[in-house]
Amino acid sequence: MKKFLVSALVFARGHRVATALLFLLIFPFLMPYDALSVNILIFGLYAVGFNLLFGYTGMLSFGHAAFLGVGSYLAGISVVSAGWPWWAAIGVGVASSCLAGLIIGFLAIRTRGIYFSMVTLALAQIVYYIFYKSERWTGGENGLRGVKVEAIELPGIRIDFLNPLNKYYVILVFVALALWFVSRVLNSPFGAVIEAIRENEKRAAACGYNVARAKLLVFVLSAGICGLAGALRALHLSVVPIDSLHYLQSGQAVMMCLLGGMGTFFGPFVGAAVFLLLEDVVTNLTRYWMGVVGLVFMFFVLFFPKGIWGTLLYQLDRWQNRQGKAL
Amino acid sequence: MSAVPILEVRAVSRTFGNFRALNNVSVAFRAGELTAIIGPNGAGKSTFFNVISGGVPPSSGQVLFEGRDITQIAPHDFARIGIAKSFQITNVFKQLSAHENVRVALQMQVSRFQLLRPRGAYVALMERADALLERVGLADIRHKLAGDLAHGQQRSLEVAMALACDPKLLLMDEPTAGMSPEETRVMMGLIQQLSQERTVILVEHKMKLVMGLCNRLIVLHHGELLVDGNPDEIRGNAEVRRVYLGQN
Repeated sequence: MKKFLVSALVFARGHRVATALLFLLIFPFLMPYDALSVNILIFGLYAVGFNLLFGYTGMLSFGHAAFLGVGSYLAGISVVSAGWPWWAAIGVGVASSCLAGLIIGFLAIRTRGIYFSMVTLALAQIVYYIFYKSERWTGGENGLRGVKVEAIELPGIRIDFLNPLNKYYVILVFVALALWFVSRVLNSPFGAVIEAIRENEKRAAACGYNVARAKLLVFVLSAGICGLAGALRALHLSVVPIDSLHYLQSGQAVMMCLLGGMGTFFGPFVGAAVFLLLEDVVTNLTRYWMGVVGLVFMFFVLFFPKGIWGTLLYQLDRWQNRQGKAL
Repeated sequence: MSAVPILEVRAVSRTFGNFRALNNVSVAFRAGELTAIIGPNGAGKSTFFNVISGGVPPSSGQVLFEGRDITQIAPHDFARIGIAKSFQITNVFKQLSAHENVRVALQMQVSRFQLLRPRGAYVALMERADALLERVGLADIRHKLAGDLAHGQQRSLEVAMALACDPKLLLMDEPTAGMSPEETRVMMGLIQQLSQERTVILVEHKMKLVMGLCNRLIVLHHGELLVDGNPDEIRGNAEVRRVYLGQN
């Protein structure tokens, strides 16, 4: 049994996109209800996008709700006000969050550490108020309603988008593409550069890398992934709540990443799943679910700082090393 | 001797607040030379190193590389024009393996913003990384995390990374700082070898170490150039003896 688990983990590490896909294909059948699995899928992607910046490049943004929200709102507005089809809405959502990432990133990467976190937070709050006040377009406090996509029309087939399981698999197509893209980026030379920047900016610059430009690029990529998550969420919920842009949403990305394991490929996804499952289970028991989630979070930060997935991978490494020495 | 010096420092001064760390220093370095900048503590060696390697800009004066003014260029441009450095405080990518450290340094010439091609596809880079690690004596431990290496090994790794861009000019800030006598001996041998093929300028605190190694020594004292000459001239110089003895 243990042997089987270990070889499964070894495979998971070597083929991370394939494994993630395999797992996500059967995931809805492990969940209490389908809407929850859709939610986890979307927030998993959001956390993966955030992790690109936080876990791999070492930049802690407290403003990623801005990208989730901009992606959501612009996708929603494309459907509601412009009457565009769902696929155009996703495109608009991703493009606009990339643009938002370019502007916010351009201003924020001049700072480091806690100042970077504060600048991203402040700029995200500005985005929040812009959308909050533009009631005519965004519905203000009530959120944007009527993002209705009833069916996905493809040549030859028509998929009923109101069925939650169908919805899950349609969204999974986009999530899978995004995961594949992120994995490619992390595997590329550029992926090595961003990790090098996380480890030592001075050395990376001495090696000849334009650190500011690399940071801006990864910031935009991260914003784009989060924007895709946002756009998919708008289609999933058929409304865009104003709290998509709230700073609590930014905080959630941090919590999910730390819970699952920052700087690991699949960790943020695991973190998102655990976070949302906990929320779902605990809200049935008590109104103070945040308190319980907070305690669990603190437990992990104190005793398993590598997160759930990160700790698993670490143990796997140790086990493999021991085996290697025994041979 | 070629007409244009590989590196020329013209009337460089650097102040920090009221403190004058460098005062009107002018030196020219000829290609192919192995030069050491020496001096007692607080002589301005590190500031001098930072000024010529892009760490801090000078308050006034000019730095020229092969006749081109590089006083204002960005830190990442140094590697691109052929100036590499190793830092006094070890700067490696701790959570990456030794091999990855060198590979990152190497790949700058091939691809800076290639997002979709796998790293493994750059076979030539892998082989060059292996060769560089071999050269500095780290071939056996190339898969270890840089942060887990011994201090001397991390410093050797840094040298390998500096060599990755095949620099014309190699700058080293106290390359043997904190090393054991054995590690120091190995590093000195490596520097000697490197100086056969490229220009090397090193900053060193321990005068004895560089006496037998360099063709030229430049002594800084209180931010000013005190003496510039070959080891024999330095050894016989009363001024140098005074500042070094005065300090001890």
